[in-house]
Amino acid sequence: MRYLPKSPSERREMLDAIGVATVDELFQTIPEKFRLRGPLNLPGPLSEPEIIDYFKARAAENSSGYTSFLGAGIYSHLRSVVTDALIQRGEFLTSYTPYQAEISQGTLEAIFEFQTLICQLTGQEVANASMYDGSTALTEAVLMAERLTSRHAILIARTVHPEYRQVLQTYARHLGITIREIGFSSTGQIDRAALAQESFADVAAVVVQSPNFFGVTEEISQLAEVAHAGGALLVDGITEAVSLGIVKPPAEADIVAMECQSFGVAPSYGGPHVGVIATRDKFVRQLPGRLAGQAFDAEGRRGFVLTLATREQHIRREKATSNICTNEALFALAATIHMTLLGKQGLRELAEQNLAKARFARAELEKIPGVRRAFSGPTFNEFVLEFPRSVKMINAALLRDKIIGPLAIGTAYPDQTKRGLVCVTETMPRAEIERLASCIKHILETPI
Amino acid sequence: MSESLKTEQDSALEADKIKKARRHVSQNEGLIFEKSAPGKRGIEFPPLDVPAVDAARELGKENIRAEVEGFPEVSEIEVVRHFTRLSTWNYAIDLGMYPLGSCTMKYNPRVNEFVARLDGLASEHPYQPIELSQGCLRILSDLQKCLLEITGMEAVTLEPVAGAQGELTGLLMIRACLEARGNPRKIVLIPDSAHGTNPASVVIAGYEVRNIKSNARGQIDTDNLREFVTDDVAALMLTNPSTLGVYEERIAEIANILHERGALLYMDGANMNALAGITRPGDLGVDVMHLNLHKTFSTPHGGGGPGAGPVVAKKFLEPYLPVPVVIEKEPGKFTLDLNRPKSIGRVRAYCGNFGVLLRALAYTLAYGPGIRQATEDAVVNANYLRKKLEDVFDLPYNLPSLHEVVFSDARQKKYGVNTMDIAKRLIDYGFHPYTTAFPLIVPGALMIEPTESESREECDLFVEAMRAIADEAEKNPELVKTAPHSTRVGRLDEVSAARKPVLRWKP
Repeated sequence: MRYLPKSPSERREMLDAIGVATVDELFQTIPEKFRLRGPLNLPGPLSEPEIIDYFKARAAENSSGYTSFLGAGIYSHLRSVVTDALIQRGEFLTSYTPYQAEISQGTLEAIFEFQTLICQLTGQEVANASMYDGSTALTEAVLMAERLTSRHAILIARTVHPEYRQVLQTYARHLGITIREIGFSSTGQIDRAALAQESFADVAAVVVQSPNFFGVTEEISQLAEVAHAGGALLVDGITEAVSLGIVKPPAEADIVAMECQSFGVAPSYGGPHVGVIATRDKFVRQLPGRLAGQAFDAEGRRGFVLTLATREQHIRREKATSNICTNEALFALAATIHMTLLGKQGLRELAEQNLAKARFARAELEKIPGVRRAFSGPTFNEFVLEFPRSVKMINAALLRDKIIGPLAIGTAYPDQTKRGLVCVTETMPRAEIERLASCIKHILETPI
Repeated sequence: MSESLKTEQDSALEADKIKKARRHVSQNEGLIFEKSAPGKRGIEFPPLDVPAVDAARELGKENIRAEVEGFPEVSEIEVVRHFTRLSTWNYAIDLGMYPLGSCTMKYNPRVNEFVARLDGLASEHPYQPIELSQGCLRILSDLQKCLLEITGMEAVTLEPVAGAQGELTGLLMIRACLEARGNPRKIVLIPDSAHGTNPASVVIAGYEVRNIKSNARGQIDTDNLREFVTDDVAALMLTNPSTLGVYEERIAEIANILHERGALLYMDGANMNALAGITRPGDLGVDVMHLNLHKTFSTPHGGGGPGAGPVVAKKFLEPYLPVPVVIEKEPGKFTLDLNRPKSIGRVRAYCGNFGVLLRALAYTLAYGPGIRQATEDAVVNANYLRKKLEDVFDLPYNLPSLHEVVFSDARQKKYGVNTMDIAKRLIDYGFHPYTTAFPLIVPGALMIEPTESESREECDLFVEAMRAIADEAEKNPELVKTAPHSTRVGRLDEVSAARKPVLRWKP
């Protein structure tokens, strides 16, 4: 087997050195009756070309050749060859968590840069080394708010990604946290009137997402005032990090939970992506996850270490801030490299291109008779349209044109079956946007 | 460090005492922010093919930001050099043995990286129509079948994205099952040798942790266990082999004790690299367990993640699996089942860490039933190291080792040298340290897991290094206590770093 570096005689010699006659003797502590007698029923073994063939065959069973207008938390953005080449360096790819600082300075310095970039982007003071993804980051942000306030209720906007809310429900269920959902107004933003009517007595946090699931930006500074007036924190979830190239950063939020997939990470059917939590300095001891900090050696040389580990499970066990251990370091590195490549100008231009393309698409689609914007609030690169027919029917027809159309939001919002979420990023050519519009127009002109 | 120590270190290197490594120039490199200058950039975009828009008008003046303060401005070559230079400061599996006990740092096959990046896999969106996702779903389904066969279990979810999340998922399934039986119960038992994630996960599942002491042999004391297992106990979380690398001999009896009182057995599968192809947890009475695909199934650690922590369980726990569940509706037709009223819910958005799951399948396919050989080689390597080192290092639990061996620093302590010092000195010898100070039941633990990926030559070099360090500990303890001597930075002052944390760059 090509991955195993021992010859048969080396195996023999090593067994001799150990002092056993057969390898089976090394497994003597496992009772005989529980030991497998025959080989496992597994496919393989496969050579390298056979493995490649298997996966190429699977890739061909997916959506190659289709143009997709899906977003909803996972975005198709330009990814640089440089990023992918660098994260495949074995020293990054095949190293462990940097607990041994002296031989992990590369990973540690990169994490320190990631934390810095996330602070700059979000307007927050401190960020961790990454979380699993946006959904679990948002959940951990809520648990953090609960610890910080010692309150046990959460007000969460229904405009937060439906699957993020489901993850929060799963985690919160046995922790004595009650979750109350707040609806949305005609702007597509959290219903401020409904929020104002809530009692804030035991509320730990108001939780919103901006841009939200409908692509609409929320008014973070005003929401922060409302939350703070009630003695609660404001938690802001961000699924589209590129928006921060142009949208005002949520500096007034107390905790920001962000998905960074948009920075150089492939959609990859939903993961691995990279979440992160950013917050205020004063809350750092309740922040979950790893943190890299600056340190010096005896000779005064600057280096970086994992720090404030007393928050973490390997030290605190059942009293830890979270059970998180593994994070998404390699993709935090990808995001770091990608953000560095973009720089100030590139990020701005990227955000402006997204805004322009989405505006163009929205205008083209709104020209179709019967199609109109569903919400009036400001949007970045995603927007909800209302169609005269069910989105599912339109999408089924679009597949014939090799187009994966708007996301039918009726699945998560049962009263919205005629509404669809369209995402248009810088990677979408104008011609494809025009083709989408003409195909939908044609479909709607065809009698059912 | 004193000059004499430096000289000694240099002469040791000159004398070729250290065979695996020698010093090599590495480049200095500051933070990327320190290289920034206005007007530089590393990415250019194709020109915009639609009319530009006025952001202030579109979003409202009050909703837009100025440029991102402090964001770096550097060119492509500077980015490439910056991160390449940083990379050379890391140790990695691709450079040599990484004997971190409990972490299973094995070779990460390169073909897995290649296939994960294929267009048609890396490019796919989980909300695309099911009929255009059959390739992704079949990959998931094939991996599910492999994991069920390897573990001897009957139900599976690939949704959890880390071992700790797998633990939580398994515990929530246990809770849901017991609730359905009428009483979720209150307590989860955890041996004192367990990973720290176990108790932390228990708390999120709404249970209380009760620690149980291992017996003098490092095993669960079954008589003692009987007393602990009351009607309030929901489950026991057992790591098998234990974190001592020792098989839990009475696991079947332990399962019986729990089952008789209506409690369940959770197995932490972190150490599955000792069992794959040899024995199946499902046959041992385990009800539910998680696997760490970034350990046993070779997906790269990437400096801390991503991982994946699938959960496998017995049939009676199937209704409680998190959503979505990948099912084969009819032969060759796959779908995501969301309509599962008894499910614990969703533990992560979308379909888990698909890219990690895919790599794990590529690994499994490469071995097929031959995965047993990998397990055997891992166990041979651990026992070989044990045999070659047990005369110089203290072995606190003298039970047969499987995939890892745990020594203590008891003998070196006499000279003032502890496990951390030995670990740091190992760096000078060209190795990554083993796991220090874990498991907690071994004071001053040296936890060594070579995995199957090491050749005899690499094992011999490690043995030589460890023996040389044991010798140094006796004859020149200062040399060991002040190690490492060959790295870019010496031991960093972690206490000051934690007291006044600097967690971001500022101009």
